[in-house]
Amino acid sequence: MSATESVITTQKRSIWAGGMSPLKVTYGKLMMWFFLLSDAFTFSALLITYGLIRYSYPGYEGNPADFVFAPDKWWPIPEKVFEAVPFLHGVSAPLVFVGIMTFILIMSSVTMVLAVEAGHRMDRAAVEKWMLWTVLGGIAFLSCQAWEWSHFIHGTHEGPMVAEGTTFFGANLLQNQYGPPPFADLFFFITGFHGTHVLSGVILNIIIFYNVVVGLYDKRGHYEMVEKVGLYWHFVDLVWVFVFTFYYLI
Amino acid sequence: MDQHIAETTGYHDAEWHAHGHHKESFVTKYIFSQDHKTIAKQFLITGIFWAFIGGILSSIFRLQLGYPDMSLEWLRPLLGGWITDAGKLDPEFYLALVTMHGTIMVFFVLTAGLSGTFANFLIPLQIGARDMASGFLNMLSYWFFFASSVVMLCSFFLKTGPAAGGWVVYPPLSALPQALQGSQGGMTLWLIAMALFIVSSLLGGINYITTIINLRTRGMTFARLPLTIWALFLTAVIGVLSFPVLFSAALLLIFDRSFGTSFYLSDIYIGGEALSNQGGSAILFQHLFWFLGHPEVYIVMLPGLGITSEIISTNSRKPIFGYRAMIGSLLGIAVLSFIVWAHHMFVTGMNPFLGSIFMILTLIIAVPSAVKVFNYLATMWKGNIRFTPGMLFSIGLVSFFISGGLTGIFLGNAAIDIPLHDTYFVVAHFHLVMASASFFGMLAGVYHWFPKMFGRMMDEKLGYIHFWLTFIGVYLVFFPMHYIGIAGFPRRYYSWTTFDVFNSFTDLNTFVTVAALITMVAQFLFLFNFFYSIFRGRVAPPNPWQSNTLEWTTPLHPGHGNWPGAIPTVYRWPYDYSKPGAEEDYIPQHIPYSQTMESNLPHENDLIALEKEEEDIVIDESSESH
Repeated sequence: MSATESVITTQKRSIWAGGMSPLKVTYGKLMMWFFLLSDAFTFSALLITYGLIRYSYPGYEGNPADFVFAPDKWWPIPEKVFEAVPFLHGVSAPLVFVGIMTFILIMSSVTMVLAVEAGHRMDRAAVEKWMLWTVLGGIAFLSCQAWEWSHFIHGTHEGPMVAEGTTFFGANLLQNQYGPPPFADLFFFITGFHGTHVLSGVILNIIIFYNVVVGLYDKRGHYEMVEKVGLYWHFVDLVWVFVFTFYYLI
Repeated sequence: MDQHIAETTGYHDAEWHAHGHHKESFVTKYIFSQDHKTIAKQFLITGIFWAFIGGILSSIFRLQLGYPDMSLEWLRPLLGGWITDAGKLDPEFYLALVTMHGTIMVFFVLTAGLSGTFANFLIPLQIGARDMASGFLNMLSYWFFFASSVVMLCSFFLKTGPAAGGWVVYPPLSALPQALQGSQGGMTLWLIAMALFIVSSLLGGINYITTIINLRTRGMTFARLPLTIWALFLTAVIGVLSFPVLFSAALLLIFDRSFGTSFYLSDIYIGGEALSNQGGSAILFQHLFWFLGHPEVYIVMLPGLGITSEIISTNSRKPIFGYRAMIGSLLGIAVLSFIVWAHHMFVTGMNPFLGSIFMILTLIIAVPSAVKVFNYLATMWKGNIRFTPGMLFSIGLVSFFISGGLTGIFLGNAAIDIPLHDTYFVVAHFHLVMASASFFGMLAGVYHWFPKMFGRMMDEKLGYIHFWLTFIGVYLVFFPMHYIGIAGFPRRYYSWTTFDVFNSFTDLNTFVTVAALITMVAQFLFLFNFFYSIFRGRVAPPNPWQSNTLEWTTPLHPGHGNWPGAIPTVYRWPYDYSKPGAEEDYIPQHIPYSQTMESNLPHENDLIALEKEEEDIVIDESSESH
């Protein structure tokens, strides 16, 4: 038992020797970390699925300016699909709206950090404020996603971008105007699965916000619950960064 | 030792009493219990229930294979419309039988029934904790499993029958309702049940890992953990990392089945008519499935290996041979389990170069497996072996692990796998090395820890009869299957008499069926022994096997919180059996070196100075749930 021997020579009791938490975290936080690790595998599987199906199709090889949607020929260029912005009808602004969504989500992570920090100071009013901003950020993201979905579903009639002979506009799970059926299938599934995570995060945040307001954590003496949902919220943001990279940028 | 506990009870006694006198109703004590011991028993009894269902399913399809001409009219009261007018088993129901046998045995018995039982029961008791980190999530874990069981059981009562596409549920067979009756409602319920099962497994898994990391008692370093705990720890890690991938795969399959997507479907013609699904890949599902499916084999196997390590050492009255090597091999198996999945897919048209990489990785698993086998044998070598039923089943495990593991070396070779793929050779291989071995691990664990679970002993004589019938039975069932498989007979076929080439195997198949039925009947001995002993068994002594681990320091019927008074401190590893100089042939983990001067090794004498310091550490129990 050489580990024990080395403990003697240094005359220091190892933090792993039992009777205490070796990582200096409570069981709840540890569980959250392992849950997130597990969930990361769920998303990885979906993104690998995306990659595998995406590269079983040819990409568009020509000049991007001449690009048209051709479901039976190639996978679309994401910039040409996601280029609409609310209230700016007919304006081509590639990836601007999804950029705004991403910015909102990242900002909500920042406000979450501030809420956790306020919790460490036991400053209930500040926790309330920043949790509320985080909830609003989450709701704003979901609303944007709803608009993005609805635009994707209804499609677009204008512009020179639709291949001749195309009669179907928009997208559903069976067909879409932009590219092969799996393009829309994967879009709905992956962003939907992420959106479900955001939704559950928002619900959790609202519950925590309520608990903060009624003073539960002041009574408990610590704001660790805020940290735990904070971990989840950051994870959901991080996943979005990957979804964004894979689906919109590559 | 006891005086040590008495000394430090001041603070903890108050703590204990504060928690010990909860008013518990029948519902909170036996049904929605948050006590790890009760939850373990719930998992065990549900697991036993499923084991009998799974066993009976296999008996029915063995009847079909062994006696193809037999009239099964007498099964009509049980199976109803699944017996055709001619008195034969419905061919599609045969497929449902093999599918459900596999699903039930792999997931419900050998994952939930095995890990669920022993991780819940042993982790807090052997690491010295009051309970799991979160008793509430632990309770949820059982009830998600229960809900999953109910859904799976319901699928038997559908008119179109339960899922029938094999336990691996490959699309397109499982994705298209028109492909198979079982791919209608039965498959939907299968997917729902599995989704619930994955949630249960995840809740359990994160709890086990967290408990082992955070709640070890004073002195319980990772290098002093019993090997059962190491095995259950790594099992939980594998589960937490691999089940979510099955979850993704199942969700995508649900969308393909119910919402018209084409993740797994492409270029399919049914009855000459092309389906509209385009663009997916059926191979993609296999990759996702086996990314779980292969680690799953080790989720099933590792707890059995850990239990066996413990039982063989205890009953050989010798320290486990190569404790560190045992941990290393468990780690090696756990890591390798994630990078060998494609050896299930050698015949899918995979790039042969990729196949050769997976082949090499697969064959490397033989190394840690052989280390384990060698260490088991070396532990028993020249030991004062006590042949308790638990010990016999552990030795049985080692035997199956060797004989089944050898054929794994054949199957791991891509070139040899091609003719053997999906034949009875594969069936024989994994039933020996994975199914029977871990089943024996589970039985060994039940026989060994029954006194701790219920405070009574199981009957030894019935245990011996049960062991010999099962041990011989398993070999008689699965050994001949190798020959049937080498002859090329494919698995999952309803009938083989229609092929002239296989007619000569009629006798062998009949023989296998007879052996299977005898083995099945022998399990009822266990069932009787188990339930009879709960109520009428001989009352167990506090430490019936003279074992070193902490669970035997609890009272005969440990209450909520496991130890009245302080949690014991650990001073040594769990395998101090037959230590030279010691009075008895075992020194439990909680005995300080200062009390065993006669048997201490020089470096252990140096540890005495630190023991005092160890005792002063106060475990913060406020963060544990009660």
